[in-house]
Amino acid sequence: MRTASGWFKTEREGERLRVIAGGSWETGALAELDGGLRRLAGEPVRIAAIDLSAVDSMDTAGAWVLYRTRRDLRARGVAAEFEGVDRSFADLLARVEEGDVEQTLVRDRLHPVIALIAHIGEVSLAAFHECASLLSFLGVTVITLGRSIVRPRRIRFTSLVSHIEQVGLTAIPIVGLLSFLIGVVIAYQGAEQLRQFGAQVFTVNLLGNSMLREMAILMTAIVVAGRSGSAFTAQIGTMQVNEEVDAMRTMGLDPIEVLVLPRVLALVIALPLLTVLADLTGLAGGALATVLVVDISLAQFMERLNNAVPLAAFWVGIVKAPVFGFLIAMVGCREGLMVVGSAESVGRHTTKSVVLSIFLVIVADALFSIFFLYIGV
Amino acid sequence: MAEPPVIRVQGLSTKFGSQVIHHGLDLEVRRGEIFCVVGGAGSGKSVLMRTIIGLIRPAAGKVEIFGEDRAGNDDSGRQRLEMRWGVLFQDGALFSSLTVAENVQVPLKEHTDLAPELIQEIVSLKIAMVGLPPDACTKYPSELSGGMRKRAGLARALALDPEILFLDEPTAGLDPIGAAGFDSLIMSLRQTLGLTVFMVTHDLDSLHAISDRIAVLVDKAVVIGTIDTLSRESHAWIHDYFHGPRARAAAPR
Repeated sequence: MRTASGWFKTEREGERLRVIAGGSWETGALAELDGGLRRLAGEPVRIAAIDLSAVDSMDTAGAWVLYRTRRDLRARGVAAEFEGVDRSFADLLARVEEGDVEQTLVRDRLHPVIALIAHIGEVSLAAFHECASLLSFLGVTVITLGRSIVRPRRIRFTSLVSHIEQVGLTAIPIVGLLSFLIGVVIAYQGAEQLRQFGAQVFTVNLLGNSMLREMAILMTAIVVAGRSGSAFTAQIGTMQVNEEVDAMRTMGLDPIEVLVLPRVLALVIALPLLTVLADLTGLAGGALATVLVVDISLAQFMERLNNAVPLAAFWVGIVKAPVFGFLIAMVGCREGLMVVGSAESVGRHTTKSVVLSIFLVIVADALFSIFFLYIGV
Repeated sequence: MAEPPVIRVQGLSTKFGSQVIHHGLDLEVRRGEIFCVVGGAGSGKSVLMRTIIGLIRPAAGKVEIFGEDRAGNDDSGRQRLEMRWGVLFQDGALFSSLTVAENVQVPLKEHTDLAPELIQEIVSLKIAMVGLPPDACTKYPSELSGGMRKRAGLARALALDPEILFLDEPTAGLDPIGAAGFDSLIMSLRQTLGLTVFMVTHDLDSLHAISDRIAVLVDKAVVIGTIDTLSRESHAWIHDYFHGPRARAAAPR
C-alpha cells in the first residue's frame, strides 16, 4: 500500500516558481522533505504554483507541510496557489487550514535567575502554607477527638479495632525483629569501644539507656510511619480519587470522624504497645550479644541492668509513643485527604506522607530530649 | 476489485480461566467503514477490541490486520502494524505526568525522525483538529474534563495518521451535545483521512448517526448487519435492543 516516498522538484522562470510534488506525502516520509520546503518558502519570487497532480497519497502531516509552505509564501506577498488538487486532498487541505490556530504548546519559561527566585519564593510560601494547614488539621482532629471523648458512642469501635490489628498486631514480627537486631548491634559496638577503656561492663548501661530512651521508640515509629502512615494515605487517597470521601460528606458523615479518628486512635494505642515490645526484644538482643562478647552471665546482666538503668528511662521512651503515633496518623490521613484527581497524586502524597511523618517524629524527639534535659529526667 | 478486509477475525475464542467469552467468532471490517460493536454488559465487547489489538491472547482462532496474522509477526512487524492504527481507550488513557501536547508528541517522537519544529506544528494541528481549545495544550490530564480527555486521547491516537482507529465507548459519559460533536468529528475524520473505524459503543444515537455496519455480540458469537437488517432480527436480545423505548427514541423519524 505504501507507494514511492514523497518527492518534490522546483522549476524557476524569473519571478515564477513552480513546485511539482509527487509520491506519498505521509508522516514517515516528511523528515527529508520538511527542510527543503522550509527553504522553498524563502525563495525570492512573486508567483508560485504548487502542483499536486502527481501526489498519490497524503495524510494530515503531509497536507500540513504543503499548506504551511503556501501560507508562508503568501505571508511574504507571493501569489501562491495549489494546482491539480485531487478532491480528497482538497478536503484534507481545507481541514488542515482550519486547524491552523495559534497554540501554546509549552508553558511560558521565565529567565533562569528569575525562575530560581520565584521557585524559592513558591517553596517558602508552600512550606508556610503546609505548616498552617497541618496546624489547622491538628486543630480539627483534636476538636473531633474531644467531641468523641465527650460522647464515646460516636467512636467507631469496629473500625478502631480493625485498625489496631492492622497497625499493631501485624507489625509485631517486623518491629520485634528489627529492634532485636538493633539491640545486638548496639551491645556489640558498645562493647568494642568500651573494651579500650577496660569498661566493658558498662555495655549494659549503654544498651539499657539508649534502647529504652531512644532506639526502641524511634525504630518503632519509623517502621510504623513507613508501614502504616503510608497505608493510611493510600487508603484515604484512593477513596478520594473514587469520590468516596465526597459521597461520605453528602450523606452527613464527617470524614474526620469516620476515617481519621479511628486511625489516629489506633496508632495512639498501638504505638506504645509496640514500643514495649521493641524494648523487650531490643534488650533481649543486647543481652545475647553482651553475654557472648563480654564475659558476664545472663544473671549478672540482669542485675546490672536493674542497677544501671532507672525506671524513668523506660517511661521516657514510652511517653513519647502516643505523641509520635498521633503525628504519624495525622500526617498520613491528612496527605490522603489532600489527594486530588488521579492515581499519580496518590503516589506523590504517599511518598510525602512517609517523609513528612518521619521528619516530624525526629523533630518531636529532639524537642522531647531538650524537655527531658530541662526537667532533669 | 474486491479489496481484502482491513481486519479479519476467524474462529476467535477467548477464555478467562474456565469462563468462555467468545466462541468461534468471525468478522470482517472493510476499508473505510465505521464498524460498531454492541452487546450487553459483560458480553465481551472491550475484550474483542483488546484481542484484535493484541492486548489479550485468543485461546483459538486468527486475527489478521491488513492481511497479516498478528500472532505470526515478530516484534518489528508488530511495531510497524501498531504505527498504522490508533487506539482511544475509554477514559483517554493519557499519560498523567505529561501535558496534553506532550502526550500527543509521544508517538511522533518515538516512531518518526521528524524535526522538533515540525512535530510541534503537527501536534498543534492535531489538537486543533479534535476541537480542543488552544489553552488545553499545556494542561495535565487531571486538569481536563472527561470530554476533553477523550478528545486529547483521540488527538494522540491520530498523531501518526493511522489507517484504523479503534474507539472504546468514545461517547460514554459525554453530554448529548458533546457526544453528537464527537460523532460528527469521527465522521469528518473518516471522510478526509479515509479512516477505518472500529468502535465499541452503547450509544444508540451514535449507531444511527454514523455506523455503516454493526456487530451484535450475543451468545459468545456475533450477528452482523446494518441497523435496518438487525432491526428485523428475531433474536430476543437484538430485538429488544433495537426496539426498546430508548431505541425508538433514538431512531430518526
